[in-house]
Amino acid sequence: MRISGATSQKSVSLGLVLLILIVLSALPLYASMYAVILLTAILMYVVITVSWALFSGPTGYISLASAAFFGVGIYTSALLGRSLPLPAVIGIAGLASFMMALLVGAVTLRLRGMYFAVFTFGLVELIKRLLLWWEMTITRTRGRFVIIVDNDTIYYAMLSICVVTLLSAYLVRRSKFGLALQSIGEDEEAAAHTGINVTTLKIVTFSISAVFIGAVGAIIATRWTYIDPYIAFNALVSFMPVLMAIFGGMGQFYGPILGAAVFAYLEEVLITRFPYHYMLLFGIILIVAISYLPNGLVGLVQKWREAGLAREHADT
Amino acid sequence: MMKTILDIVIAGLLMGGIYALIAVGLGLQYGVARVLNISHGEFIMLGAFATWSLYTKLGISPLLSLAICGPLAFVIGFVLHRTLFTRLRTSSGSSAAYEGSSMLASFGLLFIIQNLALIAWGADIRAYTYLAFPVNLGGAVFAANRLAALSFAIVASLGFYLFLSRTRLGKGIRAAAQDPATAALMGVNINRVLALCFGFGASMAGLAGMLISMCYPFHATMGLGYTVIAIIVVVLGGLGSILGSFIGGFVLGLIGAIVTYVDPGLSLAAYYLIFVLLLLLKPTGILGK
Repeated sequence: MRISGATSQKSVSLGLVLLILIVLSALPLYASMYAVILLTAILMYVVITVSWALFSGPTGYISLASAAFFGVGIYTSALLGRSLPLPAVIGIAGLASFMMALLVGAVTLRLRGMYFAVFTFGLVELIKRLLLWWEMTITRTRGRFVIIVDNDTIYYAMLSICVVTLLSAYLVRRSKFGLALQSIGEDEEAAAHTGINVTTLKIVTFSISAVFIGAVGAIIATRWTYIDPYIAFNALVSFMPVLMAIFGGMGQFYGPILGAAVFAYLEEVLITRFPYHYMLLFGIILIVAISYLPNGLVGLVQKWREAGLAREHADT
Repeated sequence: MMKTILDIVIAGLLMGGIYALIAVGLGLQYGVARVLNISHGEFIMLGAFATWSLYTKLGISPLLSLAICGPLAFVIGFVLHRTLFTRLRTSSGSSAAYEGSSMLASFGLLFIIQNLALIAWGADIRAYTYLAFPVNLGGAVFAANRLAALSFAIVASLGFYLFLSRTRLGKGIRAAAQDPATAALMGVNINRVLALCFGFGASMAGLAGMLISMCYPFHATMGLGYTVIAIIVVVLGGLGSILGSFIGGFVLGLIGAIVTYVDPGLSLAAYYLIFVLLLLLKPTGILGK
């Protein structure tokens, strides 16, 4: 029983993933428009959170630059949406975010600890302010209109990006690069001494994680119809993935996914049910989660599992 | 030409005084207590609204409400550190983990305080007039309330600096800033000192809020903007250096005044540009080691 346990567990989780994928891809056929829109938002947060965790999880560098990549995606969509088909726009948005992350990473990844976090935060605000100034004094326009795409197309685009993101994150985590990233997080100097090209690895991973965030920015912009620098470079987008990943728990691969899904759903429910108090409830949940769930939802799941196993052993 | 320069310098110093005060407050919370307190600006906002309520509803003069706002903010900060942040500190494995989790917890505080303020005072932009008569400073004309704000900010910051450098408790705080573990071994009650620092930081934010409300319009969601300015100044001055934060505040205020003179739309962009360049070229700041 115990020996075949590992392989049977593997096939069960593979089957589960396939089942979820089938249910999700058929969603527009049976679910309401509201469900489709809600799931688009949840998938978006899953992509952003998993991309964030791809780099920041193992290395421990807290990046607050997500909003910058997201905003680049949104502006790409606004600028090119009229003249190019959606897949091309998404591709270019991803590429633009990649280039930007490459540039940012090359200059900043030598900053350690909180300095990196604070720098990336400042970067988002700098871009936002410069863009605002540009729009006010050079082009003399405020904001832009984005071409609208129907909800189902947005949903499928989001789902595809989500699948690609999860697959990439999973492969990186399982490869020797994932192991190298992990060792950077544990001790950067020791990692360098074992022959890992620390700088290149950090910059490349940071840039890969930016691709997906830029891509979802380009997709979601088509639903917002109007954007300006405040909307596109909203600092909250930088903080959300951090909160969601920690809420879910960074120890396991599914932690950030679970955290993003639960958190995004919670946000939606709180905003619609308690429009005037949702931030209050949000803050309380956040503080309680940080104080009492140091390992996130994953820690909670593991605790339950251990309790279940203990009961099983007690029975036999 | 001379007069323009004087105008810019005085405007910069007036803004710089408030920046210095909020940065000294955050410097205590981040440099000593190791909490990158994202909700720092919310205490500024609370100070502004409390002063406004006391003035318009009860007729208490803003400069007198100092005696209410300061201690009240101190108590809130002290209790928060004693409960929430001490708990996080003892349960975190490493200081890096504590820095991350305390920052996120302070983000939760931001949401809570801001929402409570929106419920209590609404989302409108508020302002009142107090000490608004003009004062002539060698040709440059400024409202008296700005000058009052500047002198209060300087007195409060310098008073606190003297407290740090001259008293026994101040020495304990400086020791905790350098090395908490060793300070604790030398007989410093570290939990109490850190909570005191957090409380002092909050009370400086409350005081700054009172001064800001005298001079500028304010609203319930203004906090984060001031927090970011405080973070920039703390890094500019050098992390853990209270004097550095004080000087940094005036430096940023002056830079802001110069850029505002050239193009008002670029002043915030200039702050971030300085910040970004500073982190790249000299992350230890003006007085950092």
